[in-house]
Amino acid sequence: MMDIELVNNVLQAAVRTGTPLLLVALGETVAEKSGVLNLGQEGMLLVGAVVGFITTLTTGSLFLGFMAALVAGVLMSMLFGVLVLKLNANQYATGLALTIFGTGLSAFVGAGYVGQPVTGLEPIAIPWLSDIPVIGNALFNQDLMVYLSFLATAALFWFFKSTRGGLIVKAVGESPDSANAIGLPVLPTRYLAVAFGGAMAGVAGGYLSLAYTPLWAENMSAGRGWIALALVVFASWRIERVMLGAYLFGLASILHLVAQGLGFSFPPNLLAMLPYVATILVLVMLSSNPARNKLYAPVSLGQPFFKST
Amino acid sequence: MIKMEPRQESSPWMPYVSPLLAGVLTLVTGAILFAALGQDPLFALKTVLITPISDAYGVGELFVKAGPILLCALGLSVAYRANVWNIGAEGQLLMGGLAGSALAVQFTDSEGLWLLPAVLLCGMVAGMLWAALAALLKTRFNTNEILTTIMLNYIAFNLLQYCVHGPLKDPHGFNFPESAMFADAARLPLLMEDARVHLGIILALAAAAAVWVLLGKSFLGYQIQVLGRDSRAAKMAGFKEKRLVWLVLLLSGGLAGLAGVGEVAGPIGQLVPQISPGYGYAAIIVAFLGRLHPVGVTLASILMALLFMGGEMVQIELNLPLALVGMFQGMLLFYLLACDVLILYRIRWVSPPATQTL
Repeated sequence: MMDIELVNNVLQAAVRTGTPLLLVALGETVAEKSGVLNLGQEGMLLVGAVVGFITTLTTGSLFLGFMAALVAGVLMSMLFGVLVLKLNANQYATGLALTIFGTGLSAFVGAGYVGQPVTGLEPIAIPWLSDIPVIGNALFNQDLMVYLSFLATAALFWFFKSTRGGLIVKAVGESPDSANAIGLPVLPTRYLAVAFGGAMAGVAGGYLSLAYTPLWAENMSAGRGWIALALVVFASWRIERVMLGAYLFGLASILHLVAQGLGFSFPPNLLAMLPYVATILVLVMLSSNPARNKLYAPVSLGQPFFKST
Repeated sequence: MIKMEPRQESSPWMPYVSPLLAGVLTLVTGAILFAALGQDPLFALKTVLITPISDAYGVGELFVKAGPILLCALGLSVAYRANVWNIGAEGQLLMGGLAGSALAVQFTDSEGLWLLPAVLLCGMVAGMLWAALAALLKTRFNTNEILTTIMLNYIAFNLLQYCVHGPLKDPHGFNFPESAMFADAARLPLLMEDARVHLGIILALAAAAAVWVLLGKSFLGYQIQVLGRDSRAAKMAGFKEKRLVWLVLLLSGGLAGLAGVGEVAGPIGQLVPQISPGYGYAAIIVAFLGRLHPVGVTLASILMALLFMGGEMVQIELNLPLALVGMFQGMLLFYLLACDVLILYRIRWVSPPATQTL
């Protein structure tokens, strides 16, 4: 029998572990809805993580750390944006370049900061709500960034459901030529969507190094940027499903806690594979019906846009 | 004012100039970076590019490193030509090293001539099987190969860590995470007396020649390239797309597996936790830099090997982090992608519009 204490801890950890995935995947969903596929998530995450960490370590301010991580993410995404949107470079290759560059840059910049401690973000229990059985502790006894990620999810859901801006992003991603024909700004919209993705990935990186761990280690994102990319497919580009998926992946990543709690012991390296195996399994389940992804994926995803004159 | 103007026809020589231009831009950026870090930029660049190969041992080392990069990049360039985005060379390499080691440690006392070929074959097959997973997932379940091969990289890495800390750990090794040393009969023979350069580079160059024949002279190579350029045309012509996807993935997996087993059976001589400093990822850049052509890829692998050595040298001589290598790699690919724009566009200086002269 799993006791209630274990369930509480596991669910709380699943939400916490899922939060960086949620932030990255929300940002990438917006970029992909505008028709741009940015495979550089892992690079932006790492640069956000290292910049946020160094900023907080030197200024002592978590707020400044997260802001710096956000700015770093945006700057990284604009490297990608200029190449892909201005110079029409291949989106796959450019995204890969961003990941390779970001991995190297973060390791280089952070080399002197490995193992140094910062005081991370602390959980704040929300009175009343955190006492709700089962979900209360998981959802309302978390740190500020988790609450902000709830807000971001709700805001994006509303943005795409009932605002003109959301419609423009979708129009630009579904049919850039028609969008252009009726006078919508295709490229500026895509720049903004890519920058938003960068901001979210940067903040997610900050979450890793300032709240989740909190410390800086080379390659600390451990593939989360890639898992988030799979998550967007898993969610069929729908905001509410991104959130659900992020927490499911969070749960898959911390199954070793469950195993330990139940008294099993597995080699840690084998357990460390679980999120990656889960990602492949999810991709298999979702992709085996090609019609489904064709239906949900933004039509112009990955295609450059040439303004006809 | 700078203006980008589409060319009438794509430039015939820009594809070859662009990698050189990207290299020069990376060097210039590197010099600026070194200067900003308070180093003498010229001395720093000399430390990266010239000091590592200033003696015979260094030149040998260059080929020790170029071998695995070349093997991985050759396979990737064939896959990319077919528009199959195999990002999994690193994982396929690790699996090759792991499987080869698993066989080699069973025969640490052997002197049989069969051992080395068996170990190499075992590594190759393991790399192929690892890539076959991606091929199966892509052809049967339609999954995106970029994401699956990346995930398989992480899984392979953790599998190798598990084995080197567990089943393959040397029982007499004082609990270090290392396998037993391989028998000499399982090691790749050295080519020079005083350096570590081994048979691996010869195998890699032979593979380059084979890929050149495949791409340039065979109908199969033709099919691969048609598939990559226009999958509908390939379908119309009756080429079997799934079979070609399997083929390019098995080929690139086999070559990457050979690269991995070549590391454990070559310079390392046993299984250790780190058998690759990211050769499989560097090979992606090499494949693009070499224009997916065996000759270009061979030259680019040597350059990439030099970059790895230069990074180590900079760490020793200038006390800068080794991560510099990864940063330069990313920069090189960025510049290459940016310079490639010049294949389809020309840059024109346009005089400012007349309104400003009024």
